[in-house]
Amino acid sequence: MTPIQPVVAHENKRRFKLIGRYTLLVGLGLIVIGPFILGLWTSLLPTAAISKGALWGKLSFDNYVTAITTTPILRYLLNSFVIAMVTTISQLLFCSMSAYAFVFLKFKYQRPLFALFLVTMMLPFEAEVIPNFATVRALGLLNHYAVMIVPFLTTAFGTFMLRQNFLQMPKELKEAADVEGLSHWQFYWRMTLPYAKISLLTLAAYSFLSSWNQYLWPMLTTFSDQFRPVQDGLRQLQGQETFNNWGMIQASAAIVVIPTLIVLLIGQHYFKAGLNEGAVK
Amino acid sequence: MTIQLEQLAKTYADSEVPVLTDVSVEVADNEFFVIVGPSGCGKSTLLRMIAGLTSISAGQLKINGVLANDLPPKARQLAMVFQSYALYPFLTVAANVGFGLKARHFSAPEIQQRVAHALKMVNLTELKDRKPKALSGGQRQRVALARAIASDAKICLMDEPLSNLDAQLRARMRLELKQLQQQLGLTVIYVTHDQVEAMTMADRVMILNEHQVQQIDTPINVYQNPKNEFVAQFFGTPQINLLTATVTGHQLQVTPDFNLAVTRPLPEGTALCVGIRPNQLQFKLTSRNANARIQTVAYLGDKLVATARLSDDQAVRLVSAETTTLAPGDLIAITGAQQVVLFDNATGKLITTEQEVAARATIAVG
Repeated sequence: MTPIQPVVAHENKRRFKLIGRYTLLVGLGLIVIGPFILGLWTSLLPTAAISKGALWGKLSFDNYVTAITTTPILRYLLNSFVIAMVTTISQLLFCSMSAYAFVFLKFKYQRPLFALFLVTMMLPFEAEVIPNFATVRALGLLNHYAVMIVPFLTTAFGTFMLRQNFLQMPKELKEAADVEGLSHWQFYWRMTLPYAKISLLTLAAYSFLSSWNQYLWPMLTTFSDQFRPVQDGLRQLQGQETFNNWGMIQASAAIVVIPTLIVLLIGQHYFKAGLNEGAVK
Repeated sequence: MTIQLEQLAKTYADSEVPVLTDVSVEVADNEFFVIVGPSGCGKSTLLRMIAGLTSISAGQLKINGVLANDLPPKARQLAMVFQSYALYPFLTVAANVGFGLKARHFSAPEIQQRVAHALKMVNLTELKDRKPKALSGGQRQRVALARAIASDAKICLMDEPLSNLDAQLRARMRLELKQLQQQLGLTVIYVTHDQVEAMTMADRVMILNEHQVQQIDTPINVYQNPKNEFVAQFFGTPQINLLTATVTGHQLQVTPDFNLAVTRPLPEGTALCVGIRPNQLQFKLTSRNANARIQTVAYLGDKLVATARLSDDQAVRLVSAETTTLAPGDLIAITGAQQVVLFDNATGKLITTEQEVAARATIAVG
């Protein structure tokens, strides 16, 4: 029997380690997801209960109905959706085109130009707010969709990220295409974009979410519900009422989060695929 | 389609040392022209200059008589097969083959017909809907070939297309490539580092070394009349024996007991380099008048390849058709050579070749 003894001890040790590890993970998971669950839960409670600080009450969707019927939340959602979609699509297009130029076209001052591109990444957005505001005001774009789209049509980060991806394409592909007589446009559309699919999806998710979550810039540049996006809309709901209807605000917040979750869930599938692809090659 | 290179040279912008200098040759229509050389000799650069993927620093490139130095690759009307095949990973085999045609605005029925034809030529018709990643190395290689065939260009440039295949498949593809070239009437410029590939496929071979052309000739001539030591060494397995010798009377003395009788008068006392192919070296297994001792013996089935040491320690490679007789330690007498090639010791350049040269153990008097 003696030879079996150490094996059992080893098994036990391993099991304890595993249990310990999972307990830690569950604990951390709860800390992260806790506020989110709490938010969802309170959105289902009546405001009276929330004001008293109670965590229990009659659960209903009343808050959601109130939010949709009495506030412009749907308008905010539409605004944000329009802004985020246009921003995302244009960023994908312009970033991939500029990245293509930096990788596949040969022109003078290519390197200094790219360095200049990167320098813009080092400026914090807050530092750009005032000059940008002066610019859009001079252009007469204030309080319009354009003011929330035009400054974000392209990003240095997107160009940088896609350029790195394009650089990984085998050089022979471009050479074979040159010999076969493919134009730049054909190569860009039929070879480069499919090759960088994962990076493009990542960039799309990233730019959609950052556009959706914009707060400071729209707050400065929009003054009416007609163009106000969701994050500023939420703030507006709070300010308008003398007595804050917290249940309704919480319900609105939950509605606002939904598109974010959808993007992340769809994206997650591809991000995982992307990681694996990178690992194998 | 002919290709003329006139004193072509390449120097990269960021270096002073030229990669290629003074390359001149005229590749004839329907010729299988092989560029061969050790790695780093500039052979791929030369091919890329012809393709238009690398710019030309000096000299002229003419395709069918027309100056093509500054033409973009697509205007040169040629096809290229890359070492890595460069297949488009998202397209099926058929789409890979037809993509270039689509880019050149051929009509759909014509593309279909050409793709079908090209795939049939390389026996890939059944796999036409697969993606490249679902193909084996040999099949990918065939797709790359089919792409070149479908393009209908009469010039096909190949950059070590067989180097990623296993030995057996490579031997088979060599024959198939050659057949294909003849059937389609292609002018092929083929880059390789493999002298066997060059010997078996080429109509003519260009040997490059140290950024310069060493010799341009048919494989037989290159083998029999190498212009210099490098070419002699590069062609033939096992490698040619290059022995140092001194002219003594009418003989070349390699060692005091190994002398070659040459007919051409040479200045007395000059040191030369004597090239003898291992398979052309004649010897007897005997201890009488022996002038070399066998060191290693490798059995290759139909023949033996052995190395022997001369009395001054120079190594000699020999080939024997009799597979049982030799063993390490045996004494042999080298009796002659079917052909010897003499090179200048300093420059490595060819001086003369002689047939049926007898070897003697001692210097004949008179």
